[in-house]
Amino acid sequence: MRTTVKNIIGKYNNDKTRLMDILLDTQNELGFIPSEAVEVIAEGCGLSKVDVEQTRSFYHFFTCKPVGEYAVYLNDSVIAKMMGRDEVAKAFEKEAGCTFGNVSEDGKIGLYNTACIGMSDQEPAAIINDTVFTSLTPELVKDIVAQMKAGKKASEMVELKGDGKNNSKLINSMVFNNIRKSGSVLFSDYEEGASLKKIGGMTPNEVINEVKASYVRGRGGAGFPTGMKWDFCRQSEGTHYVLCNADEGEPGTFKERVILTEVPKLLFEGMAIAGYAIDSKVGILYLRYEYKYLQAYLENALEEMRKNNLLGKSIGGKEGFDFDIRIQFGAGAYVCGEESALIESAEGKRGEPRNRPPFPVQKGYMDSPTVVNNVETLCSIVKIVNNGAEWFTMIGSKESAGTKLLSISGDCKFPGVYEIEWGMRVRDMLEMVGAEDVQAVQIGGPSGVCIGPKDFKRTICFEDLPTGGSIMIFDNSRRLIEDVVTNFTDFFIEESCGSCVPCRAITVLMRQKLQKIIDGHGIMKDIDDLKNWGEKMKIANRCGLGQTAAAPILTTIENFREKYEALVSKDDYKSEFNMAAAVADSCEYVNRVPNL
Amino acid sequence: MGIFKNLFGKKTPVVETVVETKKEVADENVSIKEDKEIKHKTMSEKIKFTIDGKECLADKGQNVLDAALDNGIYIPYLCHVKGVKQAGSCRVCNVKVAGRCMTACTTPVAPGMEVENDTAELRDLRLSIIEALFVEGNHFCPACEKSGNCELQALAYRYQMMVPRFPYAFPQKKVEADNSKILIDRNRCILCKRCIRSFKDEKGRSYFAFKKRGHKLEISMDQEVAKNLTDKKAQEIMNTCPVGALINKEKGFDEPIGSRKFDKTMIGSTIKSVV
Repeated sequence: MRTTVKNIIGKYNNDKTRLMDILLDTQNELGFIPSEAVEVIAEGCGLSKVDVEQTRSFYHFFTCKPVGEYAVYLNDSVIAKMMGRDEVAKAFEKEAGCTFGNVSEDGKIGLYNTACIGMSDQEPAAIINDTVFTSLTPELVKDIVAQMKAGKKASEMVELKGDGKNNSKLINSMVFNNIRKSGSVLFSDYEEGASLKKIGGMTPNEVINEVKASYVRGRGGAGFPTGMKWDFCRQSEGTHYVLCNADEGEPGTFKERVILTEVPKLLFEGMAIAGYAIDSKVGILYLRYEYKYLQAYLENALEEMRKNNLLGKSIGGKEGFDFDIRIQFGAGAYVCGEESALIESAEGKRGEPRNRPPFPVQKGYMDSPTVVNNVETLCSIVKIVNNGAEWFTMIGSKESAGTKLLSISGDCKFPGVYEIEWGMRVRDMLEMVGAEDVQAVQIGGPSGVCIGPKDFKRTICFEDLPTGGSIMIFDNSRRLIEDVVTNFTDFFIEESCGSCVPCRAITVLMRQKLQKIIDGHGIMKDIDDLKNWGEKMKIANRCGLGQTAAAPILTTIENFREKYEALVSKDDYKSEFNMAAAVADSCEYVNRVPNL
Repeated sequence: MGIFKNLFGKKTPVVETVVETKKEVADENVSIKEDKEIKHKTMSEKIKFTIDGKECLADKGQNVLDAALDNGIYIPYLCHVKGVKQAGSCRVCNVKVAGRCMTACTTPVAPGMEVENDTAELRDLRLSIIEALFVEGNHFCPACEKSGNCELQALAYRYQMMVPRFPYAFPQKKVEADNSKILIDRNRCILCKRCIRSFKDEKGRSYFAFKKRGHKLEISMDQEVAKNLTDKKAQEIMNTCPVGALINKEKGFDEPIGSRKFDKTMIGSTIKSVV
């Protein structure tokens, strides 16, 4: 084992900033990361054991115990549950002979819960040894477990094939893209490499000005003007880096998966444009581990681009335009979608968001000026370069230029990916996807807002309802507080890095208070308490995760207060403590009836 | 190491009654004005800003928290250690600038910046954070070696915490006594990262680090790196911890309860202007 780990460390030149890769490879090779391996890694990288352990223990997919020959990671997001995930989980437990969180006695099958894996339009879904299984049913599970017992490779169990490039040899997956609507930007035809040739005749500043003139804003959700970001970075001194954030972890999002499957070269081209504009030679695609099944395909796409002189040295024949990309996998941490946490992770550390200032454009990856852009943003920029900024500004709404990819899931006839123009009404969107009897729509995932019918006249755009792309629809058969809000809040509790006190502690306290209300012990004051505590969360935490961890509770209190009020008693005081039940055992023991 | 000096910009902790302190604060105001006039010519590079309307001066690049302390204004904090890279994790030093909350320890002073510090909203925010820390751990002050020297306890007194608004969690936490010099009591740890940030060995390796994440977050100590701790180092470690989570083993106490740092003087009441 020591030799195996030493070889892995050697592969990365004993570089502690590549700790993520070292741990990923170790987990892959050994099936877990034993403390002996931690010791070898620490020694090899010049770290203390606790230094290595702090990174290892941060990420969901790194384990200190064997995960089993087949490690089943079954999504437990609210959408998965709505689509029958619990029955599938029961089937797995029955067939495998162990409960979730454990490995079967023979060490063959391990069962684990995991947060949204980016398959909300084809749930219930699971990842088994890096292979994705979608639209699971108890019957399918029986079949899958039988094949595991027969020793078949997970990747060979897939018989049904997905659509589009999922069919290709290098992906070979049952995943469906479900592109229901193609717009004029992201999924429109384009000539590969044309944008790179075009910028060869422009100065970097001209490229930045073109991006600025397009008014394109960051597609991750925050909407920061991309041209400004590039400009700031270009002006900062030092080695520059381009990082692409493909860590889409917001439950209900899966549009980046579709881009990476269908048009990965569009993205890489966008990264190269960014590289040219900010004078960077190194690009890193930070990809969530859940999309590991795309690795061979993406590496191949990069290789083809290198062969075609669209990456590497003197791109498009332009002297000095050197740029290449490597893929950095995450290991299961939602918070790494926050750009500074992503940078920390890419440097081999815990994914804890950094304090600002300095901003990543001043001091980012390796303390150097870094641009972190969303997948969709970079793809849009290729088309902006090709077709001109003015063309782009003609699309969309007043303050939101261009199109937006929405990942729509939940109670609707046609879940999938839609490229819409910014400015679409929620009502029109619901009609488009075939949603009826809608109780609530979650715009922008758990960190966004939960709106009811009175707000369906509002529009999806930065100036009204901004979204990173996750749209979840709940019809009137769903229990909004009991099933949806609790699931979202549990998600934030699980995914908090723990650094800020309010996010770490108060989210848990709010979840307990919510349970008190659900259990019928709540009073009106409890609703107000939740609101007050949640307001503090919004202002007191460092990063977007902490600031929005209370959003599921806050936005449902705001828009569905009557549902909370229906659950609480109108009394001023109600004990959450049942004295009779608490003393029942001791009363029985002394043969006495509780006198309550 | 003069940890007290580091924390409060004073040579020795001064014991005085609260009444006397108030008088001193009033005196401080006078002395700041005089100071400013004297130093105005020699320190032209100082940045002017205000805290709660009061004019202050800061060095270029200085953070709001250190600058406030230098100007004789107390902004409460738990994770900050002067001279050590800021964590911004306890969130107690949250102040408001242009209507937005930001941690004073991580925010550099900008010319003309108007900082809100001692407002009802921020007082309640800070109290809620202190209360959250009390309920997420197990803080039994009367039995703690750090009582009277504990910054969390002192802040609870300063903000007059009575019954926390949150229910107590009474979590089960591990106590670790593997090291020959330091005992780790996670019941009291507030995860401020002071120890993580302050102590590295000669090779840059960490003595302390976090383990896990979120509400399962805990502190861990590297037994290999910390194998040969000196008594002096162990004392430094204990002094750096704002609470009683890192305790010197096999050592009693120098001062009895009742005459410790915050027993008679409220935390933050002895700050003097040095600007």
